[in-house]
Order: sequence, then C-alpha cells, then structure tokens
Amino acid sequence: MLIVNRRKFIQTGSLASAAMMLPKFLKAFEKKKLEQEGKILVVVQLSGGNDGLNTVIPYRNDIYYKVRPELGIRRSDALAMTDELGLHPALKGLKSLYDDGSLGVLNNVGYPNPDRSHFRSMDIWQTASGADQLLTTGWIGRYLDAQCDGCGHTSGAIEVDDTLSLSLKGKNMRGLAVPDPQRLYASAHDGFFKSLVEDHHPQEHDHNVDYLYKTLSGTMSSADYIYKQSKIYKTTARYPDSAFGKGLKTIAELIISGCDTRVYYISLGSFDTHVNQHPQQQRLFTQLGDGLKIFSEDLRKNNRFKDVMVATFSEFGRRVAQNASQGTDHGTANCMFLVSEGMKKQGVLNQAPDLSHLDQNNPELGDLIYQVDFRDVYATLLHQWLHTDDKTVLGEKHKYLDFI
Amino acid sequence: MSSRDDKAKVQHLSWRAGFGATPAFISNWDHRHWDRFFHSVLKGGETSPRIITVPQTDALAEETMMGGKKRSAEERRAIGKRNRQGMRSLNLAWIDEMAATEHPLREKMAFFWHGHFACRVNNVLHNQLMLDVIRQNALGNFGDLLSGVSKSPAMLQFLNNQQNRKQHPNENFGREVMELFTMGHGNYTEQDVKEGSRAFTGWGYDKNGEFVFRRRLHDNGVKTFLGKTGNFDGDDILKIILEQKATAHHITEKLCRFFVNDTPEASMVNRLAEGFYQSNYDIAALMETIFKSAEFYRPANRGNLIKSPVELLVGMRRTIPVDFGKDQVQLLFQRILDQVLFYPPNVGGWPGGRSWIDSSTLLFRMRLPQIIYYSEEVTTRPKDMPDELTDTYSGNNMGDQFVRRFAKRVRAQVNWEGYLKAFDDLDVDRVAASIADALFTNARKVDNALLNKYADHSSREHYIRSLTIDMMSSPDYQLC
Repeated sequence: MLIVNRRKFIQTGSLASAAMMLPKFLKAFEKKKLEQEGKILVVVQLSGGNDGLNTVIPYRNDIYYKVRPELGIRRSDALAMTDELGLHPALKGLKSLYDDGSLGVLNNVGYPNPDRSHFRSMDIWQTASGADQLLTTGWIGRYLDAQCDGCGHTSGAIEVDDTLSLSLKGKNMRGLAVPDPQRLYASAHDGFFKSLVEDHHPQEHDHNVDYLYKTLSGTMSSADYIYKQSKIYKTTARYPDSAFGKGLKTIAELIISGCDTRVYYISLGSFDTHVNQHPQQQRLFTQLGDGLKIFSEDLRKNNRFKDVMVATFSEFGRRVAQNASQGTDHGTANCMFLVSEGMKKQGVLNQAPDLSHLDQNNPELGDLIYQVDFRDVYATLLHQWLHTDDKTVLGEKHKYLDFI
Repeated sequence: MSSRDDKAKVQHLSWRAGFGATPAFISNWDHRHWDRFFHSVLKGGETSPRIITVPQTDALAEETMMGGKKRSAEERRAIGKRNRQGMRSLNLAWIDEMAATEHPLREKMAFFWHGHFACRVNNVLHNQLMLDVIRQNALGNFGDLLSGVSKSPAMLQFLNNQQNRKQHPNENFGREVMELFTMGHGNYTEQDVKEGSRAFTGWGYDKNGEFVFRRRLHDNGVKTFLGKTGNFDGDDILKIILEQKATAHHITEKLCRFFVNDTPEASMVNRLAEGFYQSNYDIAALMETIFKSAEFYRPANRGNLIKSPVELLVGMRRTIPVDFGKDQVQLLFQRILDQVLFYPPNVGGWPGGRSWIDSSTLLFRMRLPQIIYYSEEVTTRPKDMPDELTDTYSGNNMGDQFVRRFAKRVRAQVNWEGYLKAFDDLDVDRVAASIADALFTNARKVDNALLNKYADHSSREHYIRSLTIDMMSSPDYQLC
C-alpha cells in the first residue's frame, strides 16, 4: 500500500518570493543584470543531422539532380532566393523572412576532420571543440561563466525543455531548463525544499554542499522570476500547435516581457532521414518555417525583432547522393539560418557548396568540404552580437563574419 | 571518538568504497568491529566475480559478427532490436549486481574503470566482454587491466584499431591510450603517438570477439618510443608506458578524485603514486593505502563528493530494497540524470563532480525518493538519444516510449521491513538523528522541528518512512 505523501498537504502559506530566502552571498548578484539592455540570441538545434542540400537547394546544379534522381527538390518547387539557390517548399515562412530582408543563409558550415556520429558531432557543436579535442563544458555555458563567474544566476540562458543540453553547461554556471514557466515554478516551489534552503547555513570552505544549496536556491529564485515574467506579456499570435511552436511562444513572451535572459535554446527533430526523407522534412520544415515566421512577426510588432537573432544549426549535413531508401546518410558540412531584423548583411551570405569538389579523403562517401568554421559563426555571435570576449569563451581567436 | 562520529566514519568508508552501509549495520555498530569491517570492505565476500551476461548473447553474437554476409533491411532491424534489448538487459543486470553484491568495492572499482576506459559501442557481446575484463581486474594489477582492455573488441572497435594497418596507420587508439588511459597529456610527443600507433598495427578481433594479432597488417619496422628504440609491438609499448612514473601518477590522481576529493591534495597524490609504482601497479594495495590514510578521514574529504546518478540509485536500493516490476524505469532515471551505463559521453568518460548538477537534474534527484517510494508521477522527459546500433536517430526510440510507459507511476514494491527494524528500539525523539546517521556520512545535525513539520505522524512506521524519504530528498543526500 502506498503511504500518503504528507508533504503535498503542507503548503507554506503564500508563495512568498523565493528571493526572500536567498542566502546573503547570492542577493548581491540578484540585482546585477547580466548586461544592460542588450541583444538576445535564440539557438535552434535541428537534431539528427538535417539534410542541408534539400534545405537550401542548388536548383540549377546538374550534379545535384544526377546524384539525387528521386530525392532532389525540383527546380519548379524550390522557393528561389538567388539565381542558383532556393529554399525547400515547406520553408515558406523563411522565404517570406528572406523577402523582407531578415533572413541570412550561411552555406557550408562545418569543421576539419568531421565526425559522422550523431553523438560525437553534436558534442563538438555543443562544446565548440575541435574534432580531436574533448571539452566537458558547452559554449553557451562558458558564455555564462564569462558574464558572471560563480554568481548563481541561472536565468541568463534558458533552454525550453525538461532537461539541459551540454551547450548550456559551463564550468561554474549552468543555464536553466524551463519546460514551461508554470511547470518549472510548480516543481521548484516545494514547501519542504524551501524550508531546507532557509535552514541551510553555508560552510566555511568551498564545499559541494554549498554548491548544491546554491543551485537549489538559484533554481527556485529563477523559477519564481521566470514565472512572474511570463505573466507580464501574453501573446495573441497564433503559434503552431506543436512542442516547437509552444516553445517559441514561451521564448517570445519572455523576451517581450523584458526577461533578463540573453540566450534561449530550443530543439526540433528528428532530422535523421535515412529512410523516406521527404515527408519527415516536410513536416519538420513546416514547423520550423511557420514557427519562426510568427515568432519574428510577434517580436517585430513589439519592437524587439531588431534585438533578437535566431541561429539554427544541426550536428552535420548529409551525404551528397541519396541512398537506396529514399533517404540520405550522415555527412559533413551544412547550412545555417540566421533570422533577425538587425543584421548588417542579409540573404545568401556566401557561396553554395561546390558539388564537383568533394572530400578526397573519403571519395566513396561523397561529402561536402566545409568553407566556414562553425566556431567563426559562434565568435561572430558572441562578439558582434552579445558583445562578449569570444576568445575567453572559445579558448582561441576565431574570425568574425560580416553579417552583423 | 563519540559513537555518532564513529558511525559516520563507517558510513564514510562504506559509501566511498561502495554504495553505503545499511541502517541495520550502522545502528548495530560496535567500534570493536573496525578491523574486521575494514578487512571485509577490501576483500568482500567472494573470490572472483561471476560473469554478468544477458540472455541470447551467443545467438546475437553469431548474428552480428558474421562479417560480410549481406542481410536484408528487415533482418538488420530485427538484430538491431535484439541487440538494443541486450544492451538494456546488460545495464540492468550490472545495476542489480551493484545493488546486491557482497563485494561493493569491486563493483565500485569496476564502475570507476568503466568511466576511465570509456567506450561507446553498440555490440552487446563486446560490451559484455569489456565489462568482464574490468570486473575481473578491478582490484588486480593495472598492467593486466590495461592489456585486457586494450585487447578487448569493444576498445579496438571504438578507437578504430581494427583499421590500424601498416599501410594506413590509425592513431586513435595510440593517442588515447597515452593521453587518457595512462600517462596523461604532456608526457609524450606527437612523434611518440605516431611510433606507438605503428606498434599497435595489426591488433584486432575476430568474429567471436577474440583478440587477434594480424601479422600481415603489422608494421615490423624499428620504432623509437619514449626514448627507446626497437622492433616494438603493442605489448612492448604498453610495457614502456607502465615504466613511466607519469602513468602511476595519472591513475592515482584520477582515483583520488573519484574516491577522496574533486581536487585532491598534491602531497597525497604524489605519495600514493610512488607507492603504486613501487608495487608494480597493485590496485588493491593502493586502495587499502587510500582508505587507511589520514587524509581520507579529514573533514574536508567527508560528505564532499557528489554521487553520480548510478551511485545515487544503487545506494537507495541498498538502503531500502525495491522491486521496480518494470525494471527499465531505471534506464529512464539514468537518462534524465545524464549517466547511462555503457553510453559515456565520449572517450573521456563522465566528467563527474559538479557537472552532474544543474537545475533540472538537482530537482529530479530530490524528487527521486518520492518517485520510487511514494510512486509520485514522473513528468520529466529525457532528451532523445541517437540509436547507436542502427545509427539512426529515431527521435523517440526511448524518450517518448518511456514517457508513455512511465508517465503515470513507477509502482515499485518497496521492502521496508529490514530498514524499519533498524530503528525498532529507539525512543521516538531519537529516531530522526538515527536516520540521519544511517543516511549521511558526516554526523550532521538534523533540524527536528523542520523534519517534524513535514513528517507523517500517523504511526511510528509512517513517521520513520516519511523522515527517511524527506532526508533522502535533500541536497545533502546527493553527497557522500
């Protein structure tokens, strides 16, 4: 027989602000915003390895149609951007952003010695490491470290999900996983947990127990803050009725409410289209394009679109040629989308991949050779957009691209 | 030494050298038992470990290892499915062994080596063989362990030594064996990696998962490695690596991080490393020295390690036994908390320490006792995990499936009997302190008023249960 969970019956009176019971050493930092009014980055992770060549389509390229006889997107179906490149027909939303000058397309982004395992390559993208380097912290986590080392503030970066990606885990700082503001608030506001935090006296030395209590009280105070922020602005825009659509809605509401979060993170997937690729990409691209279009309109209406930059990525692109199952296998370089009203350059930002010069190390694989290192993109976003010392975050100097 | 301090010391050693002592053991503790207790911690109850196997691995092995044979997509899917089931069974079988073993130190050491020789391969038979190598040698000689791991099909496959050939050397294994498994970065040159890798050419495995030396693929030329020159093969290279004091130091330091403190004192590491080297890498002797050292019992080293998810789960199971019915819920816990056995993040293993903790994992850890013992709803959805075997990212291979299956309740059968018995003869106002002694490792003071506020006072039994679960739901219980 189950015993009754007595804790459930005890609520500690009103839901007093969690900030009231914060340990002293935290309070000082509570007031300090990560930065003054600034720019916001929204990272969209396309999990599973999105097929870049059927995303941004080289619709005048004979090689493309030769190696993708069934899978290639027909010239007449592609949503033309330039004379050479068009978007997948399900990306109507992105096409309209292209038309009004708020879409940037970066082709052929990758890294040397590409790894074709989902797990490893995602690790590389999330930690911003080289292929031969093992890092245990994520690039956004290290951005948080650089902002406010050890200060317990967790709402600086938010991932809209139940759990936190490596991307948002720094050495001392972590982002906050927010499934939705209300759910997080409900799970963090346990009367017993609250009492424990109030009852805890910090130790003299740097002890892990203090770290745990600090994380707990930081989580409660951030959950409280985020929940309050989420109630300030409720959008009336009609976001797609999918987890991704709802997540974008949460992000938009927090941004428009003036939440102090600098980086948001959200995932969409799975793009691992080994078999029967068309319907899967069609479904996911509809969510992606329609979602980002409404998101952008919502921000624009509230005069925030110029301050927000959306950047999409995937752990790898896919093989140039289609496989025998109407799908594609794991590949290398890929395209990234940038969405913002505040870009210096828009549209197609660099050359399309050269399909006549494929990776010679693996000629049988027929893989793209990357042109832009993804860490250059990160460096640009960190330095030019978030005004952070990118070298501290990335460990070494990278080139800035000129889209910001 | 007071009795509470004494008990805390017992629980400290029990947690570090295993997964904690039961409350019955703690409450019956008599300080005259120390020597016998210490001996049993080191030696355990058995001589050599039983092999952990999962059903049908032989048949699976035959199916998955038939190199070259063409299979239909359907056949491949069926094999993949059985292999995935095998991987889950192997995971759960090892967790069960950790929860039931009479030699917790051996499983704890094996768990350490599992993270040290981190390997991520899909083949259940390969994983089973690797697990056996690390369990058989967990407290043996590090040289034997290193050699066994280096010749195991899982490692040969994971670090591409199967592709390491005279004409086309592959340096993946050669590099990691030096950087991660033995000496550590900075104690060898790039040239050493090249030369060492040449010596490992031809090391591979056959379809039964047996190590084979493929002489035709081996580079017979002269190599110069760490200042020595000769016609070295892989065994010679491992021998030279073991001659380096850096190897003893690197391993000792990592063991101290795992067993003593996230940032162990340099003087302790240096002293222990020298002894480890002089003993020719006797792991059991090193562990005995650690557990006898004064440093090990210092306040700064007590209750200051963050339990990994697997340690947390196994410790709870050893304290209050549960029958989950649907055992696989334990895989869900592992996934949400970011540690799935046999799926380390990369060849570097789990970074451990504070990296286990973020807002969502901490909240979930603090809910776990209620989820298990009160059947509170699981609402957390883990991230999708690429299906390694078929190398597809089905997006819902475990996540959605798990949530559908467990979103309601765990409904474990909890066996409270033995646990409750430990507190039978106590005055009610001493119960809370006694539970704290049983669950924590640092003789911490408990706030009776706070605990009583949330406790269930309807009966003595319910009182003990509710206090226990509340104490397990604290940040403090995440530490050992």
